[in-house]
Amino acid sequence: MPKMNLSHFEAAILFALFSSVVLGVITKRTDTERIRYGVRCFLYFLAALIGLGWLMHFGHG
Amino acid sequence: MANTPTKAPAVPSPPLSKWAAPVVLGWLIPGGGHFLLKKNGRGALLLVSVLITFLLGLMMRGAMFQPQTGDILTTIIYCGGFLGDLASGLLYLLATWLGYSQPDMAGHVHDYGTKFLVAAGLMNVLAMVDAYEIAIGKKD
Repeated sequence: MPKMNLSHFEAAILFALFSSVVLGVITKRTDTERIRYGVRCFLYFLAALIGLGWLMHFGHG
Repeated sequence: MANTPTKAPAVPSPPLSKWAAPVVLGWLIPGGGHFLLKKNGRGALLLVSVLITFLLGLMMRGAMFQPQTGDILTTIIYCGGFLGDLASGLLYLLATWLGYSQPDMAGHVHDYGTKFLVAAGLMNVLAMVDAYEIAIGKKD
């Protein structure tokens, strides 16, 4: 089994991507709604990731 | 006269035969319940997502949780983590039987891997709930 060394950012992006796909697939009723919801979830994940990252950056001084 | 609360009529639970097979198959093979219910596109997306998340966890040398009891936090973390790992179905069983279960090691990448393994199981739980809802006709 090959070993992977991902940074925190890369791991979080991959987690966000696959979680968004699953949330999109199981939540809505039509394909258009599913795609829209999946993309929206992914963007929310990204916003939280970058926002919290900057918050911690400024919090640490 | 005092108002007596009226009881809502009990809704009969759907028969086990209707949903047991998709839910059990969905546990064993991520997206398997959807394939059984002829929702192949959605099943494939769920299979790919859960499988890649699980494989990333293994490749980052994540550890599988073993149930442990002690104080409340230890019990919640280790028993909850074990259930999360177990929810991946065959992926978890095969990884354990084939010796891919890693010992718990210090290091941030191992830690991400451990979380990815649990996240794959939790995604599969969501897929099983979806398969249940489709099987009982609550959802298309």
